[in-house]
Amino acid sequence: MNEKGQNRTWLLRGVRDGVPIALGYFAVAFALGIAAKRIGMSAFQAAAMSALMLASAGQYAALTVIAGGGGYLQMAVTTFIVNLRYLLMSCALSQKVDVDMKLRHRFLMSYAVTDEIFGLAMSAEGRLNPFYQYGAALIAAPGWTAGAFLGAGAGAILPVRVSNALSVALYGMFLAIIIPAGKKNKIVAGIVLCSMLCSFLLTRLPVVRGLSSGMQIIVLTVLIAGAAAWLFPVKEEAKGGDEIVS
Amino acid sequence: MSHSIAGYLLVAAASIYLIRALPMTLIRRDIRNPFIRSFLHYVPYVTLSVMTFPAILSATGSLASAWAGFAAGAALAYLDGNLFRVALGACLAVYLAEWLLI
Repeated sequence: MNEKGQNRTWLLRGVRDGVPIALGYFAVAFALGIAAKRIGMSAFQAAAMSALMLASAGQYAALTVIAGGGGYLQMAVTTFIVNLRYLLMSCALSQKVDVDMKLRHRFLMSYAVTDEIFGLAMSAEGRLNPFYQYGAALIAAPGWTAGAFLGAGAGAILPVRVSNALSVALYGMFLAIIIPAGKKNKIVAGIVLCSMLCSFLLTRLPVVRGLSSGMQIIVLTVLIAGAAAWLFPVKEEAKGGDEIVS
Repeated sequence: MSHSIAGYLLVAAASIYLIRALPMTLIRRDIRNPFIRSFLHYVPYVTLSVMTFPAILSATGSLASAWAGFAAGAALAYLDGNLFRVALGACLAVYLAEWLLI
């Protein structure tokens, strides 16, 4: 297959795999839209925020800053800290793409570094074709934006049971990425269990309980992935195609 | 100093884009250091696990329906592994559980 044909295949594959992301995003963004409306934002502003940021926890944090009347500096710092995990994901993603990939692809791909799209991208075999990420973003970002628009504009049109059910779609996706990987590799299985246990403990134990969820993710990611890298270094693969799900 | 919504949104958008774009554009070669390679290899699993649990337990209307969704999602992920089917199965489990319980 020529390069164009391959890009097309990856784009379509990305759209297909992005459907559950878009569904989950729609439900989460809907709730986000309601929250934006509550602090006085219009449906268009809520939609613009979602289209520009494409981040759940990050947008909640931004809404808090707006509601509290914080300054632009506070907005910049809060956004930076709450979303610091994207810095780690972007580092990992930089190793997943072809070394020679064009700069414009790097700029475009960066827009769609979200938890879910990142998870999807890293689960692709071998080097990542940027069009896979574009496909997922092409369906997920409109779902995210439309959800926020409707949430702010129309409030509760979805029955509670439906929106409750939709809100686990994202977690289902996460499970579909981490559990099969754990099934194939015992170290990854141990890491998954340990991570869940630690994150459960962080929400229960005194003192650390006060950490924001964004901060918890950063702390646990650095500590657990760091310990795993020290204890179980990944063996160098002969070829460039380093498989994250091995 | 007054702050407009548009101003807030631009600042937030610029800040989040920088976080995402800096590593992608600045790290232009394969990292050779085995520790960093291994660390980045493990990052997605830790991050996704930490975000899933226990957050999933408070995502729905009741603890029981959340557990139903978690259990169904985990079982389907183990047996099947298809993203769409796992996500859908978890949603259906929550819907059924809430329908039965509430």
